[in-house]
Amino acid sequence: MAVIPLLAMVRKDLQLFFSDRRSVIVSFVVPIAIASFFGAVFSGGGQNREPARIAVSIVDQDESAISKAIVSGAESDKNLKVSKPAIDEAREAVKKGNTAVAVVIPKGFGELSGQAFFGDGEKPVLTLLHDPSKSTELAMVRGVMTQHVMEAVSQEMFGGDQGRKLIEKTLPQIESSTSMAPDQKRLLVDMLSSVQKFYKDDSAAATTEKPRRRGLTMPYTVDEEAMTAGSNIAYNGYAHSFAGMAIQFLLFAMANIGVEMLLERQRGLWSRLRSAPIAKVTLLAGKTVSGAVISLMILLVSFGFAMIVFGVRIQGSAAGFLGISIACAVMASTFGLLVAALGNSPATARGVTTLAVLMMVMLGGAWVPTFIFPAWLQQFTLIVPVRWAVDGLDAMTWRGIGLSGALMPVAVLLAFAAAFWTIAASRFRWTEG
Amino acid sequence: MLTIQHLRKSFGPLVAVDDVSFGVERGTLVGLLGPNGAGKTTTVSMIAGLTTPDKGDVLVEGARLSGDTDPKKRRIGLVPQDLALYEELSARANLRFFGALYSLSGGALDKAIGNAVDLVGLSDRVNDRVATYSGGMKRRLNLAAGLLHDPDVLLLDEPTVGVDPQSRNAIFDNLETLKARGKALIYTTHYMEEVERLADRIVVMDHGRVIAEDTLEGLQSRVAVVGGGKATLESVFLTLTGRSLRD
Repeated sequence: MAVIPLLAMVRKDLQLFFSDRRSVIVSFVVPIAIASFFGAVFSGGGQNREPARIAVSIVDQDESAISKAIVSGAESDKNLKVSKPAIDEAREAVKKGNTAVAVVIPKGFGELSGQAFFGDGEKPVLTLLHDPSKSTELAMVRGVMTQHVMEAVSQEMFGGDQGRKLIEKTLPQIESSTSMAPDQKRLLVDMLSSVQKFYKDDSAAATTEKPRRRGLTMPYTVDEEAMTAGSNIAYNGYAHSFAGMAIQFLLFAMANIGVEMLLERQRGLWSRLRSAPIAKVTLLAGKTVSGAVISLMILLVSFGFAMIVFGVRIQGSAAGFLGISIACAVMASTFGLLVAALGNSPATARGVTTLAVLMMVMLGGAWVPTFIFPAWLQQFTLIVPVRWAVDGLDAMTWRGIGLSGALMPVAVLLAFAAAFWTIAASRFRWTEG
Repeated sequence: MLTIQHLRKSFGPLVAVDDVSFGVERGTLVGLLGPNGAGKTTTVSMIAGLTTPDKGDVLVEGARLSGDTDPKKRRIGLVPQDLALYEELSARANLRFFGALYSLSGGALDKAIGNAVDLVGLSDRVNDRVATYSGGMKRRLNLAAGLLHDPDVLLLDEPTVGVDPQSRNAIFDNLETLKARGKALIYTTHYMEEVERLADRIVVMDHGRVIAEDTLEGLQSRVAVVGGGKATLESVFLTLTGRSLRD
């Protein structure tokens, strides 16, 4: 292959790229700006960061010991940010989207929940007013409130005044009952008598010992460990956002180079190139190399910025990171060739490729991680090269996976590049008309 | 210097060029005339190696030209009809690139660029962006780009389209100089006066075939003029190709 012409093509394409200030800004500055924004939004709770809390309003219309204990428990929960407005204000806050869920504890909740706790009494209704666009938050609040209600009700029933009075009132009723079977009556009386004895013993102990926590509590605690590159390394959301945005904009840059090739053909430049004693494969190789160099520069400049400003680190293999970056750059460059080969005119090619790039980056997880997709879509997106590039770069940065984790993404990206190049070479029209 | 033998090219059912043969010697210019769709550009494309002929040969000093990478292509230079230039780059950057396509580099490339821009009178603007050039300057640079590798044969496909009389005259002077240096030139145009001024021989094509090949005087003698004077080339051309419109 003729080296001087090949290098001349690469140099010329780089000169053309950098002579267009708009292209440079769109390719280098815009992805950094957007990735910085997305990174800030999706960076998650790092080591030293306060986790995001769900805004919840609690309207306590009961004001019983149980309802007060529920509110107190919710207020101390690290997952919730509790406010206590009036019912109308709570409704308005949910409607406006300022609060994800409003919990309404109705009048009589404490008494009814206590009775329902020991028997088949009428169950009170805990109303959850929720924002329909925040179903995930609703599920979380439902779970968290279950814990606090069970703790508050059981604590009151096994030691509170309300529970004590309820048992004192219930025991004579059971003993005088004629409708209950004798065996059943005896068992229930034994159980409630034991609880009553527990109250008395507990009251005596309370004068001499530290008061014990009564009622039901969660029978376990949780140790949360983020599975990143290491126990002392926090997840850095900027790593993902910079990978996604850099890939999106290098694809746009390469699509633009493809459109420029169509313009070059329209302007007769390819006639001049082909009149030289150079193989067609050399001409396409020149375009591939120059595109890959520009793509690699976009990727490395973006990550360089992320490393300096946001502390993104390659926690996995540096060689793997470089390998994926190069494979991604070659894939993007051949995508540009494909645009030039399949595009009929610059105008139509520009429109179609913008759509194609947006689809690829959306399905490839460049905007939002693919794990939020339905299962079938997660499988489907494996045919999108961007998915392999984003996952591969994630693996080499915050996931801290070694070189072996880069091999498959590199192989798949190069396979896409080979397919794009083959189609482009076979379909490329060298002359206009 | 250059011999074209029985060239034929069809695109589907359309026969664009059919059995075209002619030649051009060193230090001469052959004017290739014909109405729109006559097959001039397809013929030039086959000579330049842009289009592969279905039949026939292009010979450079008796050696058949074949394939994209045939080194004999170095002996042919193309000045395309379009302004095949990168407007965003300087004239020098353009010429460095086009010269490198012929594997020119270093001092040889700098010398070639100097010679080419001297010939077309652009030495003082060689570092300016092409986008700042006038139409005539771009045409002259287009010519310079085809000369960088010092070809023996120069193919000029309507090289004066859209230029002012001064630039056109400058290009004519350049071509006269090249002829004097022994270059063989093939020149396609619709402007009869250009051929009258420059051509040593004229090839008239129509419907893909050569319908006449002669000197200017030879062609003029084929048409009788009332009063006994010389026919103009335009009247000869219209007599040979007819007056029906070619769209």
